[in-house]
Amino acid sequence: MTTLYTADHEWLRIEGDVATIGVTDYAQSQLGDVVFVELPKVGRSLKKAEAAAVVESVKAASDVYAPISGEVTEANDALSAEPALINSDAAGKAWFFKLRIADKSELGGLMDEAAYQKHIA
Amino acid sequence: MLAREHQPSPPSGLNRTPLHALHLASGGKMVPFAGYDMPVQYGTGVLREHLHTRACAGLFDVSHMGQIALRPKSGKLEDAALALERLVPQDILAVAPGRQRYAQFTSESGGILDDLMVANFGDHLFLVVNAACKAADEAHLRAHLSDVCVIEPLPDRALIALQGPKAESVLTKFCADAPAMRFMDAGPRRVGGIECFVSRSGYTGEDGFEISVPAEAAERLAKQLLDGTDVLPVGLGARDSLRLEAGLCLYGHDIDASTTPVEGALEWSIQKSRRRGGARAGGFGGADLILAQLEQGAPRRRVGLRPEGRAPVREGAPLFADADSSEQIGAVTSGGFGPSLNAPVAMGYLPAPRAAPGGLVFAELRGQRLPLRISPMPFIPNTYKR
Repeated sequence: MTTLYTADHEWLRIEGDVATIGVTDYAQSQLGDVVFVELPKVGRSLKKAEAAAVVESVKAASDVYAPISGEVTEANDALSAEPALINSDAAGKAWFFKLRIADKSELGGLMDEAAYQKHIA
Repeated sequence: MLAREHQPSPPSGLNRTPLHALHLASGGKMVPFAGYDMPVQYGTGVLREHLHTRACAGLFDVSHMGQIALRPKSGKLEDAALALERLVPQDILAVAPGRQRYAQFTSESGGILDDLMVANFGDHLFLVVNAACKAADEAHLRAHLSDVCVIEPLPDRALIALQGPKAESVLTKFCADAPAMRFMDAGPRRVGGIECFVSRSGYTGEDGFEISVPAEAAERLAKQLLDGTDVLPVGLGARDSLRLEAGLCLYGHDIDASTTPVEGALEWSIQKSRRRGGARAGGFGGADLILAQLEQGAPRRRVGLRPEGRAPVREGAPLFADADSSEQIGAVTSGGFGPSLNAPVAMGYLPAPRAAPGGLVFAELRGQRLPLRISPMPFIPNTYKR
């Protein structure tokens, strides 16, 4: 299992041809208290960089973009029910959705843990 | 991911309030607001700051707002009051010494140029106006009232709001007069030995006080008020969610130069003496239109809106009569999440025939139509000490 990161503060956990996607702890610290999450529907085909989910804090709405292209195979209903999970466990229970990876070559543009830590330093 | 709104820009050229250093020391997350570098939140976050204000007390730096003394050249306060009545549809003559009143500057076309507080300090009037409007307000006052009044901006004063159920007990430690004040009482008081102007009012729907304090004493006073566990510093984020739940207008969003006081559902603030048949009817900007609207109603109205789902519906969202009509009938002017309601909350404008509480309208959000229930305001009951 590999974890990769985007410059926009999303993480991707790669298992076979499925990527589990969430936002980083750094992202949640910038967002503040999350009160609402809108997730993509299962079966939706996402293109890389397309707005895939919405995160709302008390004050502002933010988009979460698809870091790679693929079809949504699962969405985290527990997160819709309890958006504050993003603040308490961004890298774990607060995963957003899973994608069947359309083009593995798109993973080449993503950062590993060390590169991401440098990115937010 | 990127916030759609409110990306902080570097604080170059921004003004700082006398509490700026305290904000930084308290972990304030600073953002530009109305030309000032202001805290949008502190380490505790908007949600807890909001809930703490309603449960205990919050301290807000509102020093960016304009404070102006209006002094009658004749020495007679009623001359200043009557002069100010040229610019606002409120009865200023009836504001007793030691009292204050909510007012609006209106334009010749009846729009709202700013909303403000007017206090009677005995020998002069004391005005508090919005930060973004203060330069224009000062020019407006000079242009229209210089014959009767000396207009004296007070830039060397900070303004601190202490809001919430524990505001009274906290302030009483420094100002023994505090418990004797009623909602909208206002006047000079000594607070912790400092000569201040104190009013029992605020912008949260909670009981509380606003304290105008000389800039050099502001940090000392703020630190004293923050001492202990009752009072948390609260930023602009929670200030907005608190005022939204309280149904209070934000100038430049819910009211502006294109909305009249009647459209803005502020007719409660216009006394009988200034209406048709009153002792001093009219005589303010846009009086013909505003007086007619007071009798016949306005074509559109500001209403409270409760989205039926969990999704916040924010400023700018278009409103429709039903789930599939293509004709936009209004728009949301303020919206977000109400932490005390634990639900989204909004306000916006609708055509008067469609504005009755209980009705349903639809907002368009990310390509979907979401139902919103038209709701009376305030959304949560206020706790003013009348």
